[in-house]
Amino acid sequence: MSINRREFLKVAGASTLLGVGGMSVSALLKENLLEASQVMTDPGSLVAKRWGMVVDVSKFKTEEDYKRVTDACHRIHNVPTIGNPKEEVKWIWKETYEHAFPGQEDEFLSPEIKHMPFTVLCNHCANPPCVRVCPTKATFKRKSDGIVMMDMHRCIGCRFCMAGCPYGARSFNYRDPRPSINEENVLPYDSDFVKGEGQQILIKKGNLSFPTRMRGVVEKCTFCYERLAIGLKPACVEASQGALIFGDLEDPDSEVRKILNERYSFRRKPELGTQPSVYYILG
Amino acid sequence: MYDGWKIIIGLIIFVGIATFPFLYDVGKASIPPPDPKIDTPEIQKMAVKKCVESKSFMKAEHMVMINDWRDAVVREGNRLYTSTTDGQQYTMSLQNTCMKCHSNKTKFCDECHNYVGVKPYCWDCHIAPKEEKT
Repeated sequence: MSINRREFLKVAGASTLLGVGGMSVSALLKENLLEASQVMTDPGSLVAKRWGMVVDVSKFKTEEDYKRVTDACHRIHNVPTIGNPKEEVKWIWKETYEHAFPGQEDEFLSPEIKHMPFTVLCNHCANPPCVRVCPTKATFKRKSDGIVMMDMHRCIGCRFCMAGCPYGARSFNYRDPRPSINEENVLPYDSDFVKGEGQQILIKKGNLSFPTRMRGVVEKCTFCYERLAIGLKPACVEASQGALIFGDLEDPDSEVRKILNERYSFRRKPELGTQPSVYYILG
Repeated sequence: MYDGWKIIIGLIIFVGIATFPFLYDVGKASIPPPDPKIDTPEIQKMAVKKCVESKSFMKAEHMVMINDWRDAVVREGNRLYTSTTDGQQYTMSLQNTCMKCHSNKTKFCDECHNYVGVKPYCWDCHIAPKEEKT
């Protein structure tokens, strides 16, 4: 039997279609392993329309006040301490006035304010530029509560989000963070442990219930989504002794809204239109 | 047949190379099939030894299930999983739920993964429980 070119192409085309179609059908059948009725949020979790934070700058008086907040966060999230400031990883940290609020360094600003360090973190913007530029949707805004989340499984380390974020809230892991997790940051329930495959130990101390990151991903504050899910406020808020106030910005009766109603507050770079969810008050 | 001996020598060399991997293995002890262990203290304590789903399901589908768990937790913020076998609820967490019982990663996870030559990247970030070195 001979076959001419026309017939050959017909058969080849039809079988390609069948093959591709068959693959997508089998993929569809495979997809629904987890029924929607099988998963639910923890009823004990804290919920809000849009989480926000108020930083009461006047309550940060000593070096210890800043350190306590940063340490609580960094130790609970296994954030590495790397000496080199170019490779530094930070979720919540101390920033000078002119870096936190550039463009507002007025000529005769009180020296007290001008030299006061501010605690800064991810602003969890209502209109986050990092989310817009992420090519893999590794960073995304949670519809339920407005948290700008990181999905480390998807991050490809392109660092577009770092270029997009006007607040410098994102850090890149230029190296494997495990050896640099601070040994002083000892949690009550931590211990030494072994990284698998016979490889001895990279992390000595750390929070064993929270993952680390790997080399080549971007990380930042997540408003402690893992703590909110079990009904706890963010670690920095707990450690701050009232200097950080956390609550629902969309709820007029929430603690943050009450404070914002009464006091003069300001945000970082409001002119960019990102609508930060972190407000600063001077006391 | 022109140059018959060249062709025949060529064929012999070809057959030799093609069958080398099989011949090389003849008579050698085969790699033992994987034997994942579930003898961790946490599992020993359980009156009824059961996982979140049936053993056969976990064996065949755990990788898909863990991926689904990941998406449910990270992307949708749903953390509780209801088992289809008995309706019991579990927190969807590799590090805090799976590894709490299966604290023997090298004898449980790696046993099969090494055998079939897959390298899941879970442990690049997730912290494996500490194991006694044997």
